[in-house]
Parts: sequence; C-alpha cells; structure tokens
Amino acid sequence: MIGHPGTNRSRSRLALAALLAVSVVVPGACGGGTYEIPIQTPIKPKLDISGFQRVLVAGFVAGGGSDVDANIETARLLRSQLRLKARLKIIDADALPLAAVAREQNKTDETGVQKTAAAADAPTALPAQIKDEKDLAAYDRLFANTAYWKQLGEEYQDPLIVTGTILFTPHSQAGFVQREQEVYDSFGRRQVVPIRTYMERKGYILRPKFIFIDGRTGATLYSETFREEVLYDAGQNTPALSSYFELMDRVMPSFLNTLSSQKIRGTRVLLK
Amino acid sequence: MTSFRATVVAVLVVLSASLAYASTRGDARAQVEFGIKAAQDGLWREAIFRWQKAVALDPTYAAAFNDLAIGYEHEGQPDKARQAYEKAISLDSTNDVIRQNYEMFKEINDRTSRHQP
Repeated sequence: MIGHPGTNRSRSRLALAALLAVSVVVPGACGGGTYEIPIQTPIKPKLDISGFQRVLVAGFVAGGGSDVDANIETARLLRSQLRLKARLKIIDADALPLAAVAREQNKTDETGVQKTAAAADAPTALPAQIKDEKDLAAYDRLFANTAYWKQLGEEYQDPLIVTGTILFTPHSQAGFVQREQEVYDSFGRRQVVPIRTYMERKGYILRPKFIFIDGRTGATLYSETFREEVLYDAGQNTPALSSYFELMDRVMPSFLNTLSSQKIRGTRVLLK
Repeated sequence: MTSFRATVVAVLVVLSASLAYASTRGDARAQVEFGIKAAQDGLWREAIFRWQKAVALDPTYAAAFNDLAIGYEHEGQPDKARQAYEKAISLDSTNDVIRQNYEMFKEINDRTSRHQP
C-alpha cells in the first residue's frame, strides 16, 4: 500500500517533532556546573598508641656525609614536631650514640660467639664509618635486640621509642635539563620558551628509616623508610643543613601521621 | 499505516521514558544542588545525606557520585570515597573534573600510606 505523498510528509513532520521534543528534554536534564570547594582530609594515625603516655626519641644510627650530625639534628627535629602534633608527653633526653652502642654490642656478641664456638652465627664487624646503605644495613641487628630496648624502656617508664637510621649523602648529577627562559621578540613581546641545557647539579639524598619500638617489650611495632633528594645548580651554595631540613620537611607529614591524625588541606570540584 | 502507528507508539514510549528520566534526574539534581549549598556552608554531613539521596534516586548520575566521594573524603572515609569516585568514573569515563578529583584523592592517600618496609 502506498500512502498519499502529503500524508507521508505530515507523518514525517510529526515524527520529527516528537524526536525534537525528546532531544530537548534529555540534554536539559544533564546541564553542567562546577564549584571549587576547599576540603580537609583527615588521615587516621598508622599506629595505635593508646597504650603509651610518653614517647622517647632515642636517637639514630646516622651516616653519609659529615656536614650534618644527622643523629642529633633528627632527634631534635622529631622531638619539636612531636611536641606540637602528638598528644604524648615527649621525654627530654639526649640522643643516644646508637652507632657506638651497636658496635659495643657487636663486640660483646663476638666474645660470646667465641665462647660458644658458634662460628656460623659470628657477627660481621660493623663499619666504623657509615657511607652507604650497605654499611647501614649491618647495624640492623641493634633494632632487633629486644633486651636492649626493653631495658631502655624500663629506664624511661615504658615509653614508645622512636629510633632508626638516617643516611644523608651528598649527590651530584650532570645531564640535560629542560628550563623555561624569557625571550622578547622584535616587537618587545615577552615569551617563555622551554630550552634544554646541559647542567651539573649538586644536592643531597636523605634516606631515613623510622622504627617505632614498644618500650614495654622491646619489640618493633612499625617501621617505614623514605627516600628524598634535592638538586641545585652547581653554582648555588646551599648549606647542607638547609638541604637536610628541606628534605625532612617532605617526610615529616608522613612521620607524624604514624602517631597522630593529620588534616590535609586541598580543593576539589563539585559537579551539578 | 501499521508502520506509522508503530513509529508513533515508539516515539511516545521514548518520549514518556525521557520525561520520566528527566523527572528523576531533576529530583536527583535538586538534591545535588542542595548538597552543594550545604557543603559550601560547611555542613558536610547534610551534604553527604543529600548526595546519597541523589545517587539513590538516579544511580547513573556521575556528578552526584563525584560529590559524594568528595564528601566522604572530607569526612575521612577513604574506602567509601574511592568506591564513589570509581563509580563516577565508570559512569562518565571522559569527565576530566572527576578524574582530576580522583587523582588528587589517590595522591593524598598514597602519600600518607607510602612506606618501604
């Protein structure tokens, strides 16, 4: 059956009108709209410290360069940060020379081993100068010595003990670096163009390992390791201590988040 | 003639479905807008309640899931925030705003949980 051409046209118009109505209604329901909003994300502490009332920053086995006394500086910095952010009472005590303590313990162990003739378990001598991670790894035995930490805990009324290792080493790197440079064209218009230049840069690498020990038992509760580095132009004379603080600033939020809840500020975009 | 009727019926069905969808989306959108105002006034729990209602009304509303994720993030419920962000992205994978919000959320979560044993 073939319909009248005029009827067909009116049917087509009707169908088109209906489709148009649909196409108007549906997008009307999905319009845009964005709203930037500041938020504060609370982060729960990684460690349950409800069983402790005090915290002792015992000291660190430090190595790397000799520009900064990383043991003393780290203990001092952590103490001051914990005073501000943690609910625990911070014990005022000098940072222990843990590298020397470890070497002393090692000597005792060696003597003990000779007595029992357990040659297989003989401890290797600890390097007097800690230059890299390999040297530092030899000191790990100290943190597994629960008797030592328990005894220290008893001395300070069962605190949470914060200790670990710090490697702060000078570092240099040469290569091509992309930088932005201001240029002015013949009309005096300013432009910023990326240029690649060969540069020698110097800086530092910080590799702290924080170990949290239960002063009641001497057992390690938690540990975490970080690695941060900073590089400056070779001509720039940045003091080692400034670099040390710059790098410690980067790991501090995460360190503090082990013991106390943190609020991290940021912005997000709400949608309509 | 039959084909014409069928076309008209089909168009009417589509039209009525679209109207119903628009009405549902409209209700959900009203909840989302209310939630945004509440969040801007710092009433985040009220905002979350509104956005939860919005996603219940219209489970295909990506923007509502995005807002709900932000609410959960602000209230310190990262697992729920992650779920809501992932749902929002699955519903609207090309939305750069949702992706950017999710990236920032992940960056914070990864940074605070990042450690090398």
